[in-house]
Amino acid sequence: MLLIPCPWCGNRDEVEFRYGGQAQVPYPVDPTSLDDAAWADYLFVRDNHCGSYAERWVHADGCRRWFDVVRDTATNEFAP
Amino acid sequence: MRSRHSRTPDGTAPRAERLPDPPARLWRSAEPGRSYDVVIVGAGGHGLATAYYLAAEHGIRDVAVLERGWLAGGNMARNTTIIRSNYLLDESAALYGHALDLWERWPAELDYDFLLSQRGVLNLVHTEQEVRDARRRAFANGLNGIDAEFVGPDEVAALCPILDVSPDRRYPVLGATWQARAGIAKHDHVAWALATRASELGVDLIEQCEVTGFVTDGERVTGVRTSRGDIAAGRVGLAAAGRTSELTDILGWRIPLQSHPLQALVSELLEPVHPCVVMSNHVHVYCSQAHKGELVLGAGIDSYNGYGQRGSVQVIERQLAAALELFPIFARAHVIRTWAGVVDVTPDASPIIGPTPFEGLYVNCGWGTGGFKATPAAGRVFAHTVATGSPHPLAEPYGWERFRTGALIDEHGAAAVAH
Repeated sequence: MLLIPCPWCGNRDEVEFRYGGQAQVPYPVDPTSLDDAAWADYLFVRDNHCGSYAERWVHADGCRRWFDVVRDTATNEFAP
Repeated sequence: MRSRHSRTPDGTAPRAERLPDPPARLWRSAEPGRSYDVVIVGAGGHGLATAYYLAAEHGIRDVAVLERGWLAGGNMARNTTIIRSNYLLDESAALYGHALDLWERWPAELDYDFLLSQRGVLNLVHTEQEVRDARRRAFANGLNGIDAEFVGPDEVAALCPILDVSPDRRYPVLGATWQARAGIAKHDHVAWALATRASELGVDLIEQCEVTGFVTDGERVTGVRTSRGDIAAGRVGLAAAGRTSELTDILGWRIPLQSHPLQALVSELLEPVHPCVVMSNHVHVYCSQAHKGELVLGAGIDSYNGYGQRGSVQVIERQLAAALELFPIFARAHVIRTWAGVVDVTPDASPIIGPTPFEGLYVNCGWGTGGFKATPAAGRVFAHTVATGSPHPLAEPYGWERFRTGALIDEHGAAAVAH
């Protein structure tokens, strides 16, 4: 089980959280100008590498706030 | 209890239940050559099946299968060995149905007893909505020529007497779909059968050879860079499951995949008690008994992206609780081993098979939690795609372009477990 560092509540067990996928994926600035390929990239494509990964979690059973952390997807270590 | 689980008069297991003796050497261990007509990346079930069909059906025998670890040591060694084809949508039913047909042909075709055991699969339902969904799926299966039917609690109890179908459970069993042709196969032996036949046909199986990049000529892939030097290739096929996007990233091609740990576990060896395969999406566990006697249990993927080939303890806790809900008889069984495979999940829970934006590069990935059961069809349609340069008819709906055209194959509902 991951021990996830909630910035407001400190380290808490993974069961209190829900996963939100890759962090910092901005909504398109000018949505009407996007073609199908660009929409598909925005909707369906996320980074998926082995190693250091910025991702979102929500402390669903705690403070209920979203936050970003950096975790290594191979070792599960969180960056300080 | 069914006859297949009974013992012969002298107390030994019946012949079909005994494991074949592993011969000393089944296939040639090859050194990497300088160039091949086709290089397949990944010596799991799909990679090996692809190589076998390239050689056996397309006459392409100058083939190398490259493996970063050891042969069939990835998800092929980590799945729960279940085979079934009771999928809802036409595209999936066609593909997995073809796989089941091939599974039935393979023991004779490959001349190898990998203990295909068509003991049947029950997909349990516990709510009225699930009853409706299961009936719909059984009707859809019927229309697609797949043997599945809806059965009530009494029939469930007859098929699997150790299931608790009493109505006073927290999640009472209201019925199930039953696919009699479904079952399990001995996964390692499947890989060894394929490796043996592919090797006999001239395919080079090269372990400890990690692909680290590609040799390109403009938008054309002309070879692979590996930990053991560059290898030129007329065509390259990726069958690397959870590691696929690590490879496509090198080319700057972003593919809609997310890799997650998928856990499984086994109990200690037990006498034969469990006659079929039981799956429950609602309480979230699937369980069968291996030929040797372990209970094999799986559940869903861990929510987060992960490459660590291990998962979270709370998933195990929940799947064991679910198993006990269904099988009170398991209460005193001990867990012996847990492990995880890294599965590549697509946004529509269906695989990606076909050409890529790069000439000479083909991809077979995104099987999520359903890769093992698809092995024969995946290999056959991917071999066709690589050999001819255009998708096999069964694979046509599975091109990566569907995420741009919107022609998704949204198969979440018929997966055994949510993913």
